[in-house]
Amino acid sequence: MRAPQRAPQRAMPHLGALLLLLLGLAAMPGRALADAAANVAGRATTSTDGQVIYTQLCQGCHMANARGGVGAARIPALAGNAKLRNGGYPVYVVLNGYGAMPWLSNMLNDAQVAAVVNYVRSHFGNAYTDAVKPEDVAAVRGPDPTIER
Amino acid sequence: MNPRTGTEPTRRQLLMRIGVAAGSAAMYQAMTRLGHAAGTDFAGSPSLSGARPGTTVLVLGAGLAGMLAAYELRRAGYGVRVLEYQSRSGGRNFSLRGGDTLTELGGATQHVKFAAGNYINPGPWRIPYHHQGLLHYCKLFGVQLEPFIEVNHNALLHSSVAFGGQPQRYREVQADFTGYTAELLAKAINQNKLDQPIGDDEKHDLLAAMRGWGLLGRDYGYRSGNLASLHRGFARDQGGGPDGAPVPAALFGRAELMKSGLWEWLSFNMSYDFQTTMFQPVGGMDMIGKGFAKQVNDLVTHNVKVTRIAQDGNGVTVTYEDNSHGGAVTEAKADWCVCTIPLSVLSQIDVQAGGPMKAAIQAVPYASSVKIGLEFKRRFWEQDEQIYGGISFTDQPISQISYPSTSYFADTPAVLLGGYMFGAAAYAFAGMTPEQRVEEALRQGSVLHRQYRQEFSNGVGVAWSRMPWTLGCCATWSEETRKAHYAALTAIDGRLVLAGEHASYVGCWQEGAILSSVSAITRLHQRAVGAA
Repeated sequence: MRAPQRAPQRAMPHLGALLLLLLGLAAMPGRALADAAANVAGRATTSTDGQVIYTQLCQGCHMANARGGVGAARIPALAGNAKLRNGGYPVYVVLNGYGAMPWLSNMLNDAQVAAVVNYVRSHFGNAYTDAVKPEDVAAVRGPDPTIER
Repeated sequence: MNPRTGTEPTRRQLLMRIGVAAGSAAMYQAMTRLGHAAGTDFAGSPSLSGARPGTTVLVLGAGLAGMLAAYELRRAGYGVRVLEYQSRSGGRNFSLRGGDTLTELGGATQHVKFAAGNYINPGPWRIPYHHQGLLHYCKLFGVQLEPFIEVNHNALLHSSVAFGGQPQRYREVQADFTGYTAELLAKAINQNKLDQPIGDDEKHDLLAAMRGWGLLGRDYGYRSGNLASLHRGFARDQGGGPDGAPVPAALFGRAELMKSGLWEWLSFNMSYDFQTTMFQPVGGMDMIGKGFAKQVNDLVTHNVKVTRIAQDGNGVTVTYEDNSHGGAVTEAKADWCVCTIPLSVLSQIDVQAGGPMKAAIQAVPYASSVKIGLEFKRRFWEQDEQIYGGISFTDQPISQISYPSTSYFADTPAVLLGGYMFGAAAYAFAGMTPEQRVEEALRQGSVLHRQYRQEFSNGVGVAWSRMPWTLGCCATWSEETRKAHYAALTAIDGRLVLAGEHASYVGCWQEGAILSSVSAITRLHQRAVGAA
């Protein structure tokens, strides 16, 4: 089980840690983006309900109706998407991202990935019945990318 | 003073000693590396001379990178044309004002109702002093700048799970955190409990530093009183007349403060990127985009959607749909091409380039980000709480509230940044309707400011993942993708070179667009001059 994003670090009763704090070098979880403070506070959902995960993480791009959108480029529709036929494909994309889509492996544990993939594959006009299992996710999960600091 | 040499230790010396004392020289090295990585290497306008007469360059995208390329290349003698998807120039540099409309993917349209003169900067909103490239062109193009307040010691720090959920003043957290930490360290030094021995001179320096930083007493204790109040502020401020004596404030409990995690925000503001002085353009960030556009807008064709970038030994052919003419498929030709289209979009365009560049274009995901602009009927943060500019931080998803750095004391409605999110919180907010975003920002912001509901006028919520022209906020590099793809992304491929914040180490900042563009056109010019 992977933790979602870390809560603020607690002060450690160790002198080395105190010195690091003095230097402003305390661990800064997820300070991935130069202009971003939100990473420190932004914690991903811990829900294992596929619908909740979809709402919290997916529909910001793929839309509440899973129809995506088209502008200068396209956000793919998940509704009626034939690429969902093989559950391994959406598992791969959720873990690793694809093109402009970021990887979500650092925000979702295996059970959560399975839950949201199963939700999408059984809603929005998709009716696949072969559910993905957390073990299937664990089997293909690689190391998280190392965010630049 | 250094008792051995009689000289003040330099900051570097002191840090090195502390690093060694903590057994953490590696961390010190990491810090200096961070400083270099975050910096700018701008050395002035590129000096491009000797362009072959009649040579043409097609620039794709009229954001800062594209417009800078167009400006400098025309100045160097090239024939330049710019193609832009949107009906305006500026790219991610834009501001929203009353009367503006914003339609996002999915179809939701927001009508901004801010009062005259008010604005929100959905994209870039502050400029570090060391972003010398951007500042150079602001000066050159007559863009007036004013201070942006990043750090406000009277702003709030809030944790939902500390201090009963009550926000605390920045200065109080900073003073007590520094005081208690200095006290602990001084105690450890005096009891010889450091994890390795240090010399007497270092001990002397460290103890002096701890007393000064922490406002410790002669016994190296940190306690409530007029001394601590020099950093912390008073329960009752210094006054005049017979009853003017100040009353020192009580301190936070050490354990509760340490457990709160609020000190994390202090170190955020210590980052090189957020150190004073920061700037913003007078009147809105889009004054920069407009300043650039003034120089090159005669070169820009708006409302065109690039669908293909082809090249051969003789030149570049760009195919586009001209949305000013019913989407008519049209071709533009040039000798060279500077492409500043964000990778989120370029990764879906048919680009004729070598395998490594094509792989690089596909490899970089884009962050989602959300900003909420809230207009209130009065500046209650100033009038009621003496917060003038700066940022309050919270562990709620909105993450921060930033107060306007301009028009202080005005008796007119004012707009603050009611939320600025990346990561999980941004995904969640982007998934809401615009109305829900504003409502949620009001709900969370009310925890910090009880006046929110009563004083609220109107708001706007901008989700970058739904902006039709970028599908995201900015490029997210990992150490792995940087190593595997950055060189290929930034190399000239035949007659094509890419530019934009994504092609820099200053990602997500306008400076990245500037530096990347300067690098791209400088190298392209060298290639063009050297070409047969």
